[in-house]
Amino acid sequence: MNLLGKLSWDSIPHDPIVLTTLAFVAVGGAALFVFMTLAKKWGWLWREWLTSVDHKRLGIMYIILAFVMLIRGFADAIMMRTQLALSTNGGEGYLPPHHYDQIFTAHGVIMIIFMAMPFMIGLMNIILPLQIGARDVAFPFLNNLSFWLAVAGALLVNISLGLGEFAMTGWVAYPPLSGLEFSPGVGVDYYIWALQISGIGTTLTGVNFLVTVLKMRAPGMKLMDMPIFTWTCTWANVLIVASFPILTAALAMLTLDRYLDFHFFTNDLGGNSMMYINLFWAWGHPEVYILVLPAFGIFSEIVSTFTGKRLFGYKSMVYASGAISILGFIVWLHHFFTMGSSANVNAFFGIMTMIIAIPTGVKLFNWLFTMYKGRVRLEVPMLWTLGFMVLFSIGGMTGVLLAVPGADYVLHNSLFLIAHFHNTIIAGAVFGYLAGFTFWFPKAMGFHLDPKYGKISFWCWSIGFLLAFMPLYVLGFLGMTRRLNSTDNPDWNIWLYIAAVGAFVIAIGIASQLIQLFVGFKNKDKNLDKTGDPWNGHTLEWSLASPPQFYNFAKLPKVEDLDAFTDMKEKGTAYQRHESYEPIHMPSNTNAGPIMGLLSTALGFALVWHIWWLAGASFIGLIVAFICRAYASNTDYYVQPDEVARIENEHLDNVAKG
Amino acid sequence: MNLLLTRNLSKVALAALVALLAGCQGGVLDPKGQIGVMEKELIITATILMLLVVIPVIFMTLYFAWKYREGRGEAYEPKWSHSTKIETVVWVIPIIIIAILGVITYKSTHALNPYKPIESEEEPVTVEVVSLNWKWLFIYPDLGIATVNELAFPANVPVNFKITSAGTMNSFFIPQLGSMIYSMAGMETKLHLIADEPGSFRGLSANYSGHGFTGMQFEAIATPTREDFQEWVEGVKASGEALTTERYEELAPPSQYQLDNPTKSHPVEYFATVKDGLYFDIIWEYMGDMGRIDFYGKPEYGAQLPEGVTLPQREPASTTHEAEEASH
Repeated sequence: MNLLGKLSWDSIPHDPIVLTTLAFVAVGGAALFVFMTLAKKWGWLWREWLTSVDHKRLGIMYIILAFVMLIRGFADAIMMRTQLALSTNGGEGYLPPHHYDQIFTAHGVIMIIFMAMPFMIGLMNIILPLQIGARDVAFPFLNNLSFWLAVAGALLVNISLGLGEFAMTGWVAYPPLSGLEFSPGVGVDYYIWALQISGIGTTLTGVNFLVTVLKMRAPGMKLMDMPIFTWTCTWANVLIVASFPILTAALAMLTLDRYLDFHFFTNDLGGNSMMYINLFWAWGHPEVYILVLPAFGIFSEIVSTFTGKRLFGYKSMVYASGAISILGFIVWLHHFFTMGSSANVNAFFGIMTMIIAIPTGVKLFNWLFTMYKGRVRLEVPMLWTLGFMVLFSIGGMTGVLLAVPGADYVLHNSLFLIAHFHNTIIAGAVFGYLAGFTFWFPKAMGFHLDPKYGKISFWCWSIGFLLAFMPLYVLGFLGMTRRLNSTDNPDWNIWLYIAAVGAFVIAIGIASQLIQLFVGFKNKDKNLDKTGDPWNGHTLEWSLASPPQFYNFAKLPKVEDLDAFTDMKEKGTAYQRHESYEPIHMPSNTNAGPIMGLLSTALGFALVWHIWWLAGASFIGLIVAFICRAYASNTDYYVQPDEVARIENEHLDNVAKG
Repeated sequence: MNLLLTRNLSKVALAALVALLAGCQGGVLDPKGQIGVMEKELIITATILMLLVVIPVIFMTLYFAWKYREGRGEAYEPKWSHSTKIETVVWVIPIIIIAILGVITYKSTHALNPYKPIESEEEPVTVEVVSLNWKWLFIYPDLGIATVNELAFPANVPVNFKITSAGTMNSFFIPQLGSMIYSMAGMETKLHLIADEPGSFRGLSANYSGHGFTGMQFEAIATPTREDFQEWVEGVKASGEALTTERYEELAPPSQYQLDNPTKSHPVEYFATVKDGLYFDIIWEYMGDMGRIDFYGKPEYGAQLPEGVTLPQREPASTTHEAEEASH
């Protein structure tokens, strides 16, 4: 038996670009290691952060993961755009198909699964429990485990850079191309296990937050009193719980095809690749709403906060989000109108898709009428929101156009489609997350981001987005299809060059995001948020200190109105000093999460390389770790009233001073 | 003054739009066939309809943000958050637009159904299309010839494409003629196109199919007359090459040329004769062990074809229907 399975020295890629990247990662990693060791920070990192079950810390770690993967995914994007700008007129560029095909696959997987999802889940983690007046999520350990499963998936994707290869199938991994016959290498296996492991984590997150919202709302808070961000996250969690198991099942069948000679999706022996394509999009379409609904919630919070008004049409917003969620499940076929379905089937799915434009349009109007007769403060989060409203309208329009089967017959899989979904995911979801990042940063970290670089970032992202993606709409009309490695049509050249320039402008936007963090941190003392309510917020998270007390609420708040905190400020019941406090029951940190995450990484890696002993050992290890955790008795503790009183009084003194 | 500025701006915008559309030569907005023309009109109609909402939304976003910004002293009503009138309007306007678009969608989807033959007095040309890794094989069953990466047909004559794959999934697409459709192994899809004028059009695969995908391109030639087409056919026949089963098996895998030049198209090849029923053999290759599935309406052929027996080339109307259903 070969102890290393399929792994050998030849598994290390010889590509100079990959080797350079690996060298940088190695140097950076070593520097970090030395710094942490010299600063004696490892114990602190492990005890305070990696093993933490505090939803706020997990949220911060999710967002760090999202930023790291954003940089990785964006490096892929820049490489693709430069390749296409250099390979016009039949030129070869610098990326041969073997490398280029991995890059566009990795870009899609990373941006959706390991950038957007962690960013969204991170914001939800930090804010949702605070908004409903809860002290943590329903299952704090599970929350920690979900995070580590996401990390395990991200690790597998990154390991594939240095050992073996990543999938060369496009991020959808359609069989038969992703089957063993046409993709015999380890790339698709990395794809499968990275998605499978992180997908299970996401499902657990969905369950966790649904239970949290249903069982842990503050006294008096009815469902229709929940802040709108909480509502949109709740709809997203409903979608997660309903759709991620489909992905799990589809990937499991693809796994059986590749590992045990099953024939679910192969060309021969009765396999049918159309089944995979249907299942993939039965998950994949709800997935885009999972990404964008919380962003809609963020925009709603920001519009109502920065206009100093109540959100216009709150109920409409809740029902519109629900309608989008439910309709999101009956539109998946629009991803393959060109597969030969009958006219009636295509027309049904086309019309269903368009109907989603109705609740989405209503949301846009509601944001507009929230601004109407408001006091608009053009702070950075509001800029992102306005940019979103302008750009997303275009993306929505092109989406409805693609939903017309007759139009899709010529635009499907073209760069028009690429422009459309980047228009909705960047100008919709990502703008939302970046807006939420700036909006809630002082809450999570206790100080403000630098607004100057925040504004630069916004303008670079917006202009860069227009430069990078409007040309792709044109190229789609010119008949250019996606995933081409090189082109030989002179009419396309100018648009490809503009798009490449756009990518570099976005790069400045991303750099400004990091600079605003750095400058904000450097001037920390000047821009501390002492009151905990820097924007004059409406919802309960702003009633706490920044960063919030680790137990969140010393006494659970009594909610009497929709904008609970505004209501308290108006009635004068905010910032009450209490005579005495009860002991607070809190969950203890646990090392079970990171250990299980590490074992999952090992399991995925072993399965990719067919290292069966390691797969067996890590799987047994996972079970043992879970059983140990299940029988552990030291899982909680009480915060004593005097400590609570001390922390509360400190916060209230700060508020009084501020 | 402002009005003048707006007027001038809109003139510039219009000019830019016209320039943009005129610049769209060779793409889907420059169609050369009836299907493509209908699809272009559909795209324009739908876009104008949606702009009726999108333009006011963009305008209102910028206007409200400017008008109600802090420090301008406009009306401020912090508790105003509901108006049945406005909410009714904001629900009803999108509903009306989508209702109109829905009707257009239903009608156009049936009119543009790729499976629907094109009505014409001309006798259609039938082409059997096979996507290989990574090249296109075109078989003309009625003419007994085949080509690789070059497709020809007379202008103003409907072309009936029957499409399958001998490997990964591709999408058969000639942007200037209109609709695309997937090619999938063991299945048949159909597409009906027509060229309204002679010309040479780019054809390609619109679905990523592996390393050689970029080279999945071909030239589609619409000849001015049937006679010109016949001349092209004679040219193919003059090649003298025969596409036998053995030759096909040689042709099917990735060619050395493409392995050496991964982003280039495989050179054009002509075949003067084609083995009868080769197209069905290619589909049947994946269905052979499936038991008694009468995919081609031939129940007398069981699980395994007897030695030396290949499926005859045939096409009664009733069986195409079954193939169509199976391919759904």
